Amino acid sequence: MTTQQKPLPLEPILSGRVHDFDALVHEDKVHRSLYTDPAIFDLEMTRIFGAVWVFLAHESQVPRPNDFVRARLGLRPLIVVRDSNGVLRALYNRCTHRGATVCRQDRGSAKAFQCPYHGWTYLNTGKLSGVPWPEGYSCDFSRPEFNLMQVPRVESYRGFVFGTLNADAPALTDYLGPVRRPLDEWLDRHPGGALEVREANRLKFNGNWKLLYDNSCDGYHVVFSHRSLLMMENRFQEGDGKGMSYYKDSPDTGPVKLYSFPNAHHFKDKRDAIPKRPGALWEIEGLHPGMEHYEAALRRDFPDRADALLDLASSEPVNINVFPNLHILGNHIQVSEPLSVAETATTWYGTAVVDPDGEIGEALGPINALRMRTQEQFPTFGEVDDLANFEQIQAGLAAEEDAWIYMHRGLGLPERYSAAGDGTTVGPATDEVFMRDYMRVYRRLMQTEPAIAPTRETA
Amino acid sequence: MGAPAAQDPSASSYYVGDAFYRELIEAFADWDRDDLAIAEPARRDAVRAFLEREARLLDQARYEDWLALYAPECAYWIPGTPERGDPRREITFAFHDRRQLEDRIFRLRTGYAWSQHPASRTVRSVSNVELFATESAHIVMARSNFLIAELLDGDLRHWAGWAGHRLQITADGYSILAKQVNLIDCDRNVRNPSIAF
Ligand code: FES
Ligand SMILES: [Fe+2]
Repeated sequence: MTTQQKPLPLEPILSGRVHDFDALVHEDKVHRSLYTDPAIFDLEMTRIFGAVWVFLAHESQVPRPNDFVRARLGLRPLIVVRDSNGVLRALYNRCTHRGATVCRQDRGSAKAFQCPYHGWTYLNTGKLSGVPWPEGYSCDFSRPEFNLMQVPRVESYRGFVFGTLNADAPALTDYLGPVRRPLDEWLDRHPGGALEVREANRLKFNGNWKLLYDNSCDGYHVVFSHRSLLMMENRFQEGDGKGMSYYKDSPDTGPVKLYSFPNAHHFKDKRDAIPKRPGALWEIEGLHPGMEHYEAALRRDFPDRADALLDLASSEPVNINVFPNLHILGNHIQVSEPLSVAETATTWYGTAVVDPDGEIGEALGPINALRMRTQEQFPTFGEVDDLANFEQIQAGLAAEEDAWIYMHRGLGLPERYSAAGDGTTVGPATDEVFMRDYMRVYRRLMQTEPAIAPTRETA
Repeated sequence: MGAPAAQDPSASSYYVGDAFYRELIEAFADWDRDDLAIAEPARRDAVRAFLEREARLLDQARYEDWLALYAPECAYWIPGTPERGDPRREITFAFHDRRQLEDRIFRLRTGYAWSQHPASRTVRSVSNVELFATESAHIVMARSNFLIAELLDGDLRHWAGWAGHRLQITADGYSILAKQVNLIDCDRNVRNPSIAF
């Protein structure tokens, strides 16, 4: 049984330079070209990544003055630096002479950056401090245009460093809005509300960056895409208690809830699927190296607190997604980075408990020894399967005539949702309402030219 | 350590604790030195044959036979940085004990590991095998370079690096106490790292 579909008059739109995003983004579906058209990708680097607050780095990557780490804002190469005065900056890694990158190390500490090509040198405030053989120039090098360009607004929210090029963007806290609540709760489960980034599982895939954002709150795929992981984690079990098994029994009516927030952020809260008592998180943790050893040691040395301590080593059952590139899940800070229309990097930074006030004392070492292993589990045995599926979506989307990608699960079924006053929609775990919401934001952004206003040091 | 003395390392992980990590880090620090090199061709040949067989078993997806090369209480460590670091304090590219090596194999065999669907075809070359003495007469360290050609769902690509094997000398050959795989791109974003190295 087939139905005739009248082709939509998209060709003239797509062949021109002007994209009609009202025709490409519908309530229930979006057009494949959002994922496949290099011209749309180029536009996104300006209208999405140039318009909103983008996650750049975690403060623990640049703890001291002069520390730096390389990052990207869309495709723009940046150096996120804590300058000699302690001010966080995001400098363009682009020499003002002829454009070479001035910093080629991923991270380090430097008071100044010297361009390897002709030796122009910049302080870590971005100010040009020297040019070889200046007598060959007639210009005034103290003019701002010779200082490194920089992201005009760089702010930290509790250690998460964001930047925006957009002069009209709201304050960072307003941009984040209600997603701050789960973010705060995630941080506050750690002693002192603090943690540190400690290396990463670094992956990439041949697919568009939005495939990852589409998946970030998707409770529909879990038991299918991660079937091998669930089987693996439960191979010693009678029932299916380990890992994300709570998705198995009719996840639509289960305790896992999805929150769709304003500004395209969203949050999947799985905490209610787990009993509220110390040790409950640890009980569903997958098997990993050292687990029995350290558990026995902690129970011996901290008999009263062992369960709560072990929970700190366990994956926190949340997915907190901050548009367009930050994902907090488990204990990870996952960052996605568009590389081209069909290539995306995704870095799963591991986090360690740091215990600034000595609340957990001698337990800190064992907790982190466990926590490093629990964090490696998902990228290694779970994410790889999702990324393979993203690549296969990108492959499937080569079918030009079959142009639509559906995201209509839950659409027309208002009884599935409730609203929280702050613009938040709450729905079942498997619902695609978060995709529809974020695509509405995406459409508006893609139809708006942002007020991109990078700065340079003056005088 | 408060744990029952004999535990089955396929089912539990009592042996991976601070002492194990410390010894492992120490064993893989400053070991491939000229003054420790073992020159005897016969010994080097024997280890070379062992490593070539390991590579072949992986290429043939004979994972149970591959696992049989490992000691019961073993480590498989792919550092996430060229400096290698301390796995207790930082994320690695992969760090498995015996049970997790078996997990890896179990997952590949489920038929639902989409990252290996279809399974990659691999051809491994092992070369530059050198042998180094340790403080124990029963343990040697081997250093080798590897190049893995992988056909991943139609795309041919390569992995390169060097491996360190800590080998227990047994009555009938060797048994791997620990393998450290140093990928030259261990600190870069890599596509689908789902084969066993
Ligand atoms: S390009 Fe940097 S000094 Fe010439
Ligand atoms: Fe997933």
